[in-house]
Amino acid sequence: MKGETLRQLLADKAAERPVVLATNLTTGAERLFYPLDPAGSADPLVAQGREALMLDQSTTVATAEGPIFLHAFNTPLRMILIGAVHISQPLARMAAMAGYDVVVVDPRRAFAHAVRFPGLKIVTDWPDDAMRALRPDHRTAIVALTHDPKLDDPALQVALRSPAFYIGALGSKKTAAKRVERLTAAGLTLAEIGRIRGPVGLDINARSPAEIAISVLAEVTQVLRAEVVQAQQKVPA
Amino acid sequence: MNETGTANSEDVLNQAAAWRAAGKPVAIATVVTTWGSSPRPVGSQLAVEAEGAFVGSVSGGCIEGAVIREAMEAMEDGKPRLLDFGVTDTQAWEVGLACGGKVQVFVERLD
Repeated sequence: MKGETLRQLLADKAAERPVVLATNLTTGAERLFYPLDPAGSADPLVAQGREALMLDQSTTVATAEGPIFLHAFNTPLRMILIGAVHISQPLARMAAMAGYDVVVVDPRRAFAHAVRFPGLKIVTDWPDDAMRALRPDHRTAIVALTHDPKLDDPALQVALRSPAFYIGALGSKKTAAKRVERLTAAGLTLAEIGRIRGPVGLDINARSPAEIAISVLAEVTQVLRAEVVQAQQKVPA
Repeated sequence: MNETGTANSEDVLNQAAAWRAAGKPVAIATVVTTWGSSPRPVGSQLAVEAEGAFVGSVSGGCIEGAVIREAMEAMEDGKPRLLDFGVTDTQAWEVGLACGGKVQVFVERLD
């Protein structure tokens, strides 16, 4: 590996820019490319590189020049919880155990208190401002849990126009139907709104906050590991 | 278990860069393919410097010795190497992948 390649790779990682290192396993020739850049990438292996990043799975591909190893260097997994509510407490802890950097967003300071969420990042800005500052990427899951449209909706509006791999919102089917009406009125398309998973979580008959947290984390995991590529394709250009 | 380079490789690559900046010859080994159950996932890395100090891992410890020997040679001649380890290989049987899996490791000098 060239020293220059390594320097650039470390700079990309520091800047949290997803990058693929392509190395020819016969000759050692290498290059870096950025399949997820909005501007696109001209690299001939862009499709495979994109898949490696989306599935977080490095892989070797056969090419005319010999086998090329695509090493996916991803941004960290993140979970943004809108609402420092009861469910968020077990969910934040479980998600941290599963490897997520967890951020809890709630402008209500009595809820968003460090005593309730020890060791976690808490943001007390208004949810849309908080979301814009957090810049969700393809490795980010967003779960809106406040039950309060004043807080959930602004967060969802930003979430739905981000490449986040998972967007979930708490609430019954009836609540969800009203949310569709509100978000449509706010200018979002049905395709965009359709990315919201609700009722949130896998159906495991969860009752307690911890059980609901399990069902949410299970669904996030399912999407991360199996449906990431499809979910990504729904993101508007 | 689907760990990729994200967490562990950063330290490995930073250490490799630091050694190189200090003027030491360095080689990097990367797991590029695995079959069956193997202890470290694809993308796992190990960096080694000329005196034999190393960081990271490419297995549970069973093939590191062989990988480091090859890495030393790569530092000398500058040629990349693609190494196969697995139960079907006599030498690999001796170094012993306890789990019975197979791995392919790419070794290259950091120029």
